[in-house]
Amino acid sequence: MSAETAEKVLEKKPAEALLSKRRKKLISDPLVDDNPITIQVLGICSALAVTTQMKPTLVMAISVVFVIVMANLTISLLRNTIPTRVRIIVQLAVVATLVTLVNEVLKAFAYDMYKELSVFVGLIITNCIVMGRLEAFALGNKPYDSILDGFGSALGYSWIILAVAFFRELLGSGAIFGIPIYDYVSGLFGDDFQLATNGLMVSPVGAFIILGLIIWVQRTKTGYVEH
Amino acid sequence: MDLFNLGIRSIFVDNMVFAYFLGMCSFLAVSKKVSTALGLGAAVIFVLTVTVPVNWLLNEYVLKEGALTWVTASLAEVDLSFLRFIMFIAIIAAMVQLVEMVVEKFAPALYGALGIFLPLIAVNCAILGGSLFMAQRDYTLAESAVYGFGSGTGFFLAIVALAAIREKLKYSNVPNGLKGLGITMLLTGLMGIAFMSFMGIDL
Repeated sequence: MSAETAEKVLEKKPAEALLSKRRKKLISDPLVDDNPITIQVLGICSALAVTTQMKPTLVMAISVVFVIVMANLTISLLRNTIPTRVRIIVQLAVVATLVTLVNEVLKAFAYDMYKELSVFVGLIITNCIVMGRLEAFALGNKPYDSILDGFGSALGYSWIILAVAFFRELLGSGAIFGIPIYDYVSGLFGDDFQLATNGLMVSPVGAFIILGLIIWVQRTKTGYVEH
Repeated sequence: MDLFNLGIRSIFVDNMVFAYFLGMCSFLAVSKKVSTALGLGAAVIFVLTVTVPVNWLLNEYVLKEGALTWVTASLAEVDLSFLRFIMFIAIIAAMVQLVEMVVEKFAPALYGALGIFLPLIAVNCAILGGSLFMAQRDYTLAESAVYGFGSGTGFFLAIVALAAIREKLKYSNVPNGLKGLGITMLLTGLMGIAFMSFMGIDL
């Protein structure tokens, strides 16, 4: 490299705006066009297991947002000191520590929720979205960008699982966030009228079918075709 | 007989995929061909059968409340169970590495067939899930070995069956938006209904 080009490289770029166009894209892309669940097929396991009701799903979504953002930040800060050969172990250790934190907080402040989510909080460790973002983004980008990227992916994940949970709770238990919608509606039509709930929606089968349909609608809208 | 019952239950009734959604990522990603699905399924059976009992030992003699009493009596109050996640995942990653090295050394043909799937198993939720369920349900050592083998076999059956269906699916005319993941989810749902018929079986 000649001295001239070296100088050019060293020349300082003007500071990027806090929410420049590129950074906004980091957040908005995973919401629809590059959604971790429906397009990239990551993190399905935990997406389905907790979605029988809205409340545990919301707790799960918040936990995942926290874990992904913090893990992305940590790995991004450490990115120049982690040897490539052991990076998977380092990533697992960071993620496992964060998940342990979430688990202990839940145990201390929301014991019912902790019981309900049981092993699925622990399974955030093996949620492929977390590892995927660490591998694909945090290892090669600055901390602030990594936070945005993690936040975007986590939001993309969250809205899908909340949508699945919405339909499963509404159709399966006739309620939303535990509010018995079906009872109110059938009350409007007199005593003999009763909306029937679909037991299949509460079972795992309902989750697969609802998610399949959401993927269908979403991919038809974005025009994404898998070959 | 109880062990046999547990084995059957963990294969069919409490199937990893259809009852707990575990291992979905690799279940969906690696089920395009029967031959690769066979390889991954075999690797999962193997790793689950090894890691669940090993993690049981770790849980029983190191992590549980009062588990360290065998060192000195003064440690009876120590409860390290909050370290469960990090220790289990470390054991799993180490075991997978070990298995990989052993297979490479003694069965190079199998190693070639399994390829990338072996290391990927470390982040398969079915493996960690197996260990966490084992800890939650207080299995004994023998039970956890049977449970590991049983749930691995359940995963094996599920992924091979799905791969077989998807191979046939190539010849059908699927709507564009449903191609790939969408139709696979619906298929898995239908397979789940079939597996629901095992529910309530008590041997």
